[in-house]
Amino acid sequence: MKIMVAIKRVVDYAVKIRVKSDKSGVETQNVKMSMNPFCEIALEEALRIKESGLASEVVAVSMGLKQCVDTLRTGLAMGADRAIHVETSGPLYPLSVAKLLRALVDLEKPGLLILGKQAIDDDCNQTGQMVAGLLNWPQGTFASKVVLDKEKQVVTVDREVDGGLETLCLDLPAVITTDLRLNQPRYATLPNIMKAKSKVIKKFTPQDLNVEIKSDIEEVQVTEPPKRKAGVIVSSVDELIDKLRNEAHVI
Amino acid sequence: MEKLRATGRFLRYSPRKSLFDRRLNPNSENSIPNSASGYGHGFGEQCRDFQLYNDHNRKRNVQTCFGFYGHQGKTARDCIEKGLLEDTRRIQHRCFGSLAEKVQRDPSFSTLSSDDISYFKGILGEKNVVQDEERLAIANTDWMHKYKGSSKLLLQPQTTEEVSQILKYCNSRSLAVVPQGGNTGLVGGSVPVFDEVVINMSLMNNVISFDKVSGILVCEAGCILENLITFLDNQGFIMPLDLGAKGSCQIGGNISTNAGGLRLVRYGSLHGTVLGLEVVLANGDILDMLGTLRKDNTGYDLKHLFIGSEGSLGIVTKVSILTPPKLFSVNVAFLACQDYFSCQKLLVEAKGKLGEILSAFEFLDSKALDLVLNHLDGVRNPLPPTIHNFYVLIETTGSDETYDRQKLEAFLLHAMEGGLISDGVLAQDMNQASAFWYLREGVPEALMKAGAVYKYDLSLPVEKMYDLVDEMRTRLGDSANVVGYGHLGDGNLHLNISTPQYDDRTLAQIEPFVYEWTSAHRGSISAEHGLGLMKANKIFYSKPTATVKLMTSIKKMLDPKGILNPYKVLPHSIDSHS
Repeated sequence: MKIMVAIKRVVDYAVKIRVKSDKSGVETQNVKMSMNPFCEIALEEALRIKESGLASEVVAVSMGLKQCVDTLRTGLAMGADRAIHVETSGPLYPLSVAKLLRALVDLEKPGLLILGKQAIDDDCNQTGQMVAGLLNWPQGTFASKVVLDKEKQVVTVDREVDGGLETLCLDLPAVITTDLRLNQPRYATLPNIMKAKSKVIKKFTPQDLNVEIKSDIEEVQVTEPPKRKAGVIVSSVDELIDKLRNEAHVI
Repeated sequence: MEKLRATGRFLRYSPRKSLFDRRLNPNSENSIPNSASGYGHGFGEQCRDFQLYNDHNRKRNVQTCFGFYGHQGKTARDCIEKGLLEDTRRIQHRCFGSLAEKVQRDPSFSTLSSDDISYFKGILGEKNVVQDEERLAIANTDWMHKYKGSSKLLLQPQTTEEVSQILKYCNSRSLAVVPQGGNTGLVGGSVPVFDEVVINMSLMNNVISFDKVSGILVCEAGCILENLITFLDNQGFIMPLDLGAKGSCQIGGNISTNAGGLRLVRYGSLHGTVLGLEVVLANGDILDMLGTLRKDNTGYDLKHLFIGSEGSLGIVTKVSILTPPKLFSVNVAFLACQDYFSCQKLLVEAKGKLGEILSAFEFLDSKALDLVLNHLDGVRNPLPPTIHNFYVLIETTGSDETYDRQKLEAFLLHAMEGGLISDGVLAQDMNQASAFWYLREGVPEALMKAGAVYKYDLSLPVEKMYDLVDEMRTRLGDSANVVGYGHLGDGNLHLNISTPQYDDRTLAQIEPFVYEWTSAHRGSISAEHGLGLMKANKIFYSKPTATVKLMTSIKKMLDPKGILNPYKVLPHSIDSHS
């Protein structure tokens, strides 16, 4: 069985986000870009499944600008067998990504498609669900535990829901989106970085896959959250009560 | 909402965050028992070590750190005070029990009178003449509660002229003073020993000018390092020095102690980056050496006397410093080496092949890594668990992500093929980079948890550096765990000897041997911490008598009554002018 993992290149989660001065978006020039942390977890899970002998190959896929290749290289250095890059230029929204993924799934025919539950840049949390819908595959989202049964061709997924865990059993092929607690991704070791250099990254364009990139969404503007006002030190309990009553109107 | 949850989890997963929580929360289960064990010797040094190495723009942590001092400083400190009250006494006794017998208050100094107070109030105004006990308690104690003075007065000048008037008066009255910045030093240099008047520089905190073309910043001495970093960040520049205490330490104090920190291997010491200073001498004279020129060969370059003289020659009031542009491409690799010789060869290769992008070259031995893995939460060995003897952390900083990465990868793969490194990992994102840094920076904290620790901050020739660790191991046998780590790129070894408890027999086996060995190899007994009160009498291990004599003459010439930061830097026998 083959596992396909979708990987997104995003602004590194440790970077302080700056909004462009014209409010057209987030500054990405001269900013550290990395693999979306949830995608890292998705890839790690695929690699673990493969290492336990339940899958034969892990294919990492990404779509976007040509620099996505760097992120795919990271995926290959972590242990993915090969990679596919769909090169696009403009903004990509979840539905387009889902359509591209469906096309790649049709091409590669994986038994399992694993994605991060969301990307930390746009926080959409839609792609996994949309691609499952397009493929008409069962979906296990926010997975915190994944157990594959090769015999029965099912996968059991624990989902973190409010107030506890929900356990689902999905028929393969299926879509899984990963939550943070699923696993701890591995590091890219030098020997694996070396090996990754000879691994293949196949290129496609949306036209190759017969997907038209368009969106019904127009981004009007991006603004920073309002700055928090500095606190004040009150000199007495009376003053505090006065402020709570007359300024904050909470008592 | 989901994002919030996600972020929260990331923070919880982050090893550094938890470290800071542990270290900063005085009520946490870890901090008090650590001090309660009473191994006071070097307690401050440990934490400072950790702070010092905690660099690298982990904004999250910096904020935590900053918040602690900035907003909750008082209460948190109070808690520490209460929690550690008994232990502090023990620590002090242990730390400079023997020293305290030797240092006597210099009888030539006057004691404060009410006239003095009124005079200062006349110069500074009521508000900036502080006699409040709570605030004095903070100023009297170094931040790790290792040293405690009994000053009754803290002055907060706002201008150079005020500093000048204060010193002129104190000099005429023979009132001893201690200049104080952020009070983050750990050799007892920034706190009063007896009743010296504290001159706190924190109100002199203005940026005077910044030249975007040359990158030259001119500011007052009381500017907090982190505020300068933030200021420069918006201009696209960085400070040429960075250290963990940045949230509270001040640039004037950094210069007076010639602080090292993590960028030294790249940007050099403050002797190179400081272009000019304004200094007030003991008699109140203002020396204007505030040049903004990179080249100025007119006579003796006197500013260097004040860099690293720990406030004993004058008070730095203004600073002109050269700042490098901010580069965004940072890569971190954590590597394993079979022997110390390979580490050295790797350093040479890295200097040659990574040249302009190399920004840190740190090392730790396997015993140090074991301590980190065994004593700290949320850490894991990034390498397969094979036995390696040494670990090296290499950081590069450059301007082109793709190019830098290719360059570093090519270098590492070449070094691996050549057998210099036996294994390694390359951080793929900033989170991984922090995790690798934490393995190196977590050593002091891990040592603290392991029991008592004797710490030495030594400069040694790189090729000889690790021999001392081996010799100490032979000398101490099984009775102690000897670990070596430090800034290999700067030839700065942190020799740490960990034992279950503090005992004088172990100490006798270590000292003066370590100092003598360092001296025999022409090393320095204080690489980046300074001498302060703690090592004032040890100066001869690193400086010949003739040199110390000249230092003493300079001190006498600039400060004939010895009122500036007395009992520190120079040995007490020569220093006393009775």
